[in-house]
Amino acid sequence: MTTASSVLIIGGASDIGRATALIYAGHGWKVTLAGRNLAECGRIADDIAVRSGQRPDVVELDVLRTDRFTAFVEAFPEAPDTIVCAAGLLGDQARDQCDPNRAAVTLRSNFEGPALLLGAFASAMAARGHGVIVGISSVAGERGRASNYVYGAAKAGFSAFLSGLRHSLVRQGVCVITVKPGFVRTKMTAQMTLPRGLTAEPAEVARAIFKADQAKRPGSLYVRPVWRPIMTIIRMLPEPVFLRMRL
Amino acid sequence: MRADLAGWGRYPRHSGDVVTPHSAAALRAVQAGLDPYVARGAGRAYGDAGVGLEATVSMRALDRMRAFDSVNGLLTVEAGVTLEEIINVLLPRGWFAPAVPGTRFVTVGGMVAADVHGKNHHRTGGFGAHVASLALLTPQGELLTCSRSENSALFHATIGGMGLTGAIVEATLRMIPVETGWIRQRTVATKNLDSTLAALAKAEAEATYSVAWIDVTPGRRPVGRGVVFTGEHVLAAELPQGRQVFPRGRRSRVSIPVDLPEGILNRWSVGAFNRLYHGRAALLGNADLVPWDAYFFPLDAIGDWNRMYGRGGFLQHQCVVPAAAGREVVAEILDRVAAAGCAPFLAVLKSLGAGVGDMSFPMPGLTLALDLRVTAQTLRLLDELDRVVVAAGGRLYLAKDARQSPDTFRAGYLGLTRFETLRREIGAAGRLASQMSSRLAIQ
Repeated sequence: MTTASSVLIIGGASDIGRATALIYAGHGWKVTLAGRNLAECGRIADDIAVRSGQRPDVVELDVLRTDRFTAFVEAFPEAPDTIVCAAGLLGDQARDQCDPNRAAVTLRSNFEGPALLLGAFASAMAARGHGVIVGISSVAGERGRASNYVYGAAKAGFSAFLSGLRHSLVRQGVCVITVKPGFVRTKMTAQMTLPRGLTAEPAEVARAIFKADQAKRPGSLYVRPVWRPIMTIIRMLPEPVFLRMRL
Repeated sequence: MRADLAGWGRYPRHSGDVVTPHSAAALRAVQAGLDPYVARGAGRAYGDAGVGLEATVSMRALDRMRAFDSVNGLLTVEAGVTLEEIINVLLPRGWFAPAVPGTRFVTVGGMVAADVHGKNHHRTGGFGAHVASLALLTPQGELLTCSRSENSALFHATIGGMGLTGAIVEATLRMIPVETGWIRQRTVATKNLDSTLAALAKAEAEATYSVAWIDVTPGRRPVGRGVVFTGEHVLAAELPQGRQVFPRGRRSRVSIPVDLPEGILNRWSVGAFNRLYHGRAALLGNADLVPWDAYFFPLDAIGDWNRMYGRGGFLQHQCVVPAAAGREVVAEILDRVAAAGCAPFLAVLKSLGAGVGDMSFPMPGLTLALDLRVTAQTLRLLDELDRVVVAAGGRLYLAKDARQSPDTFRAGYLGLTRFETLRREIGAAGRLASQMSSRLAIQ
């Protein structure tokens, strides 16, 4: 590597964001962590400084404050080489479905905010002629299920947005990658009992992201291959069968 | 979340609430509402020390490294950072931990709370001796800095205090500089207890690291034959060409996938292993360059090795007795073990120096550790051994203990009165309690 490449991690205080930042920093990239909780991002930046020898920059960003996105993007002298969006909010299906305000926060945190922000950086990357955008979406977005369809709908929207962005930028040198991690052992899922073989560690997701970035192959990927047949089956189930299942 | 919890020996088991705070602030908030609790690290204490009486606070999510001063080797980390992570990060830069236990899958908080010792205790002391300062969250919600000069009483109670003075949130450690990640190991095979002790004494006078393995095959006479191992950090100039200066630690290549049937480790299988092990050491004899992980953490190479003992779990009996009584007590213990016909899988002997904490296990003398499968016969045997230890003025290692009586404990830990007084002063009595502290009636 001649000059250090740069990566911006949105949702830098999330477990996946932290693990991703550590991998990039370990490979000598210049890392910027963006998050709502500056103190938490700073704590992670200190950690990465000890582990990798390089302290990431920390910038404040709330994905719900879409009105500030233009200024946020303009504050970068040049768009980063790679942007990873790990921001997200699981929400609480039971509460979301009876409280529109809460549901709106889940929808906006997982779809509106991430999509608009990546969209705002995309034009700068396209103008420059290169860049990688990694959006962390979810298997939950592949088919709406009773147990988490507010979150799932937001992720479905985000996946569709990334797919369109990929299509639109592929000839302008910008590579858009959708990562669907499946279950991941993080703060977000701490209260859930997760099936062992289907659950990835944050570091595993981070490795998959870095590898996909290096390969620069536009597309969508599962972190653990086992999710491909599972989600194919879930998508293909005829509606009458699907409706009788508890998922 | 409700969970079934046990230590590494998987005996005894208790169910209780487990909470996992992700920051010091979250820890402070959550502990205020908890019933008697204790902090838990990696769950590598063998018995019930890391299991809360009502609730258990997992410290694994406080896993940030905070700062490293590469001039003085001072490392500040949150309590949930593991020794493995520290070595992986700092060994390539030429730093190693000043004292390490037999596994690297332990947390810093756990190493401080148990004041763990390594094969260099007789030289440089235990882990606690190298802790410069601690951040401790007291049960009243105060985050206190503790060191030899600040809150020093609390500092000395917390080192070896088994989490009973508060939750250790951060620690600053003095790392040691090393030129390579290799250890020059020498092995000496010995014929009986006296030659083992003589070889161990010689090793301790000469080497940085020393330990003896003892063959405890039932029926073998004379008792106490073994292998004495010494180790030195290899200097860069001594390393043969072509060796990687700082080899990466290897994760376990094999692991025990299920609980083995009880009794797989029996007098015959253990006896056969011991004959091979002793024979190999007798053949090798000379110096051998060994990577750090194979030298310090041989059992880490076998994932979930605690499953070898079967579903019922196992016990480790680790005692220390004053040097003057050392030979006699070790001989008597080995005799009684041989007579009982139990087959300990592991028996390890070494010398310790003094500990720094009020409740630290080490005292100048000999320590002997025996791993045994849990059976009614084992429990009876260990009660007998405890009487021998108490009579000699010794004590048992709390990080290993799962079954000693309150009387055995009180007889051995002379700093207990001061410890309990301090616990009352900081409001820990009744608020901070583990299954162990309750079993041992620690107030």
